[in-house]
Amino acid sequence: MSDNKAALNAFREEVSAWMSENVPADPGFLLPLTFLEVGTEQQLDFLREWQHKLWSAGYLGMHWPSEYGGQGADPAYQYIVDKELGKHNAPIIFNTIGLNWVGPLLLDMGSDDEKAKYIKNILSGEEIWCQGFSEPDHGSDLGAVQTRAVRDGDDYVVNGSKIWTTLGNYADHMILLARTNTNTERKYDGLSFFLSPMKIDGVEAHPIRKVTGEYGFNQTFFTDARIPASCLMGEEGGGWMVAMKTLEYERGVTAGQASGHWGVTIQIDDMIEELSKLEHDGESLLSDPIVRDDLVGFIMEAKALSLTGRRSGIPALTSDYPMGLALSVKYRGTEYERRMKQYTASKQGAQSALYVGDADAVSGGFWQRAYFSNFGATIGGGTTQVQANIVAEHVLGLPK
Amino acid sequence: MLLDVARGFVRDQAPIEAVRAQLETDTGFDATTWQAMVDMGWAGIALPDTVGGAGMGVGSAVPVFEALGGGLLGTPLLSTTLAGQLIWRAAGESAAEWIGRLCSGSVATVAYLDHGDWGAANLGVSLGADGKLSGSKSFVADAGVADCFVVVASEGGEPVLALVERSAIDDSALSENVLIDLTKRAANVDFTGVAPAQVFRGDAVASALRDTLLLGALLTAAETTGAASKCLNSITEYLKTRKQFGKLIGSYQALKHPTVDIYVGMENARSFVYHGATVVGDEPLDKDAEVACHMAKVAADAVMVYAGDRSVQFHGGFGFTWECDSTLFIRRAQWAQQMYGGAIHHRKRLASLLLDS
Repeated sequence: MSDNKAALNAFREEVSAWMSENVPADPGFLLPLTFLEVGTEQQLDFLREWQHKLWSAGYLGMHWPSEYGGQGADPAYQYIVDKELGKHNAPIIFNTIGLNWVGPLLLDMGSDDEKAKYIKNILSGEEIWCQGFSEPDHGSDLGAVQTRAVRDGDDYVVNGSKIWTTLGNYADHMILLARTNTNTERKYDGLSFFLSPMKIDGVEAHPIRKVTGEYGFNQTFFTDARIPASCLMGEEGGGWMVAMKTLEYERGVTAGQASGHWGVTIQIDDMIEELSKLEHDGESLLSDPIVRDDLVGFIMEAKALSLTGRRSGIPALTSDYPMGLALSVKYRGTEYERRMKQYTASKQGAQSALYVGDADAVSGGFWQRAYFSNFGATIGGGTTQVQANIVAEHVLGLPK
Repeated sequence: MLLDVARGFVRDQAPIEAVRAQLETDTGFDATTWQAMVDMGWAGIALPDTVGGAGMGVGSAVPVFEALGGGLLGTPLLSTTLAGQLIWRAAGESAAEWIGRLCSGSVATVAYLDHGDWGAANLGVSLGADGKLSGSKSFVADAGVADCFVVVASEGGEPVLALVERSAIDDSALSENVLIDLTKRAANVDFTGVAPAQVFRGDAVASALRDTLLLGALLTAAETTGAASKCLNSITEYLKTRKQFGKLIGSYQALKHPTVDIYVGMENARSFVYHGATVVGDEPLDKDAEVACHMAKVAADAVMVYAGDRSVQFHGGFGFTWECDSTLFIRRAQWAQQMYGGAIHHRKRLASLLLDS
């Protein structure tokens, strides 16, 4: 045990030293806060190069099999890398859908051919992935999706539209949930899961502007797009289970993600530090009893998230609700972040109303941008309200 | 594991009918239940084995109290545990005989509050040069069954612990409080003219008192967390069985979502309480331990108050009756949230500990 601890400590030092030398400097243009906001070619090229650099050094997907580009190491190593990425304020690792959703899915349920074909390029950043689940008329009710895939010889012909396709305009591949059978009794049984090419005839991604003013996702249109039948993952009609598995990885319910550094991490200490620089009534904000009490609340929430994360690994202390902590992590974490970002963004006096681009904006408008951006987390991957239903139904056993 | 043992015991000893049966009794608990707990070593669980305790450290009491809270079980275990901690931390080996008595099941309680302010100095009772006490204490938990009172008194302005035998007090000096939570008992006690059997003095008294108040908050929080979990169960059971408008009412989000928030609050409280268990020890509580105790109390109170309140509301008309168990939970919440300090008390101290370097 102590050998292992010594090895991890040595590794931490090695990584930290590498980061000090290799983390790219501020490029002079706005970088995305998370993988959801990669909206310009300039951002894409910069982040792609950075991801490739990290992977080439052996620091990405370290716990993935070495035959597919990983290091076959204990997950603790990747955890250390992710922490160091945060400490060194490194740019995000952007190919998140591939790294954290598709990669673990393929390693879990994919064929050897699929693993050999896709995993390494996910890690290197050579191939970018997006997700085709939500549709304009079917978001929360994912089981009702209507994008159609019809078998025709060696291909499937796809027609329909997906929406909120993050990285869709840059992606090489899409994990696509489409309907192959419109005559099933249960809607879920007509769905199939495809590892679909994106840069083909009949597929078009149209960027959509966000509440932040930035880009990052798209509406994707399929018009008689032909994809090889070999793109089908699993069986026809078996797509729903594969999609649900994907969501487990997406929501952080199940481990195996290649990197947790998909977004700028905001700590409670960042909030306190920012507030400590602000004033009201000519006095430090931190001397105000209301602010002090509010901060106690936020500090406790941050602490609860951390302690609960640790406790989730102790079966004796989670036996009452064995899946409860995993299934509620998105609900708890994303809502806390929303409120703490909004709070910090609004305690800046009149400057609360400035945005990114104004020289007088507090921390360059960071908190305002972070707050707006956070809705990607409370809405995407299953809204907070859907998460509450999931906890209610699957943890507490309440009726649908 | 201690938690499982404790829960099994509570399940056997305290089905809800047994709890209700004790609500309007003098003591609020079944003597055989208390004796069984003493026989299992629970009275001395947090005290060193050199003086008759189980030597498992005060953190080990946390799962026991969580289990007791889950059963809304009465008994003077909390009072006796905290009295033992106060004496031990103030006097150590020199109090071995007193500690030994407590470990054997002699009920003890700390008489601390002058009026009702947990944050005040509470040194209103004084020990005179004649060796007698003068003044009264309020809300002395389990006063009616205590064999020994650990009275926090002032001797020339300095805190001392005056150990008073029950036999030294006239029955008329006790005035039972009418508590909102009928699973608990407390009384005002007039100690005027009473000579303590022993007095513990010295620098360690103030430190011991500080620690005991924090541990009181932590162990109350543990108990409250158990009760909140039980309350959550009673809500979900009702939501899964009661039908209106042709549907089980648990399917309506107006009931479903706040119930999820109760669940999340309960898990948060559990995390704080068990974290507290790992950072408290026999030594004086350091800053981390102090913060942990404050946070545990805040979190447990918050969820219990919310859960008790929603339990009444979500049981509809039935929730408004004495017969519905919601009354037990909402009353427990009201008692628990003030015990060893309420939200203002702990949050104010947390602000200082966390924000002032």
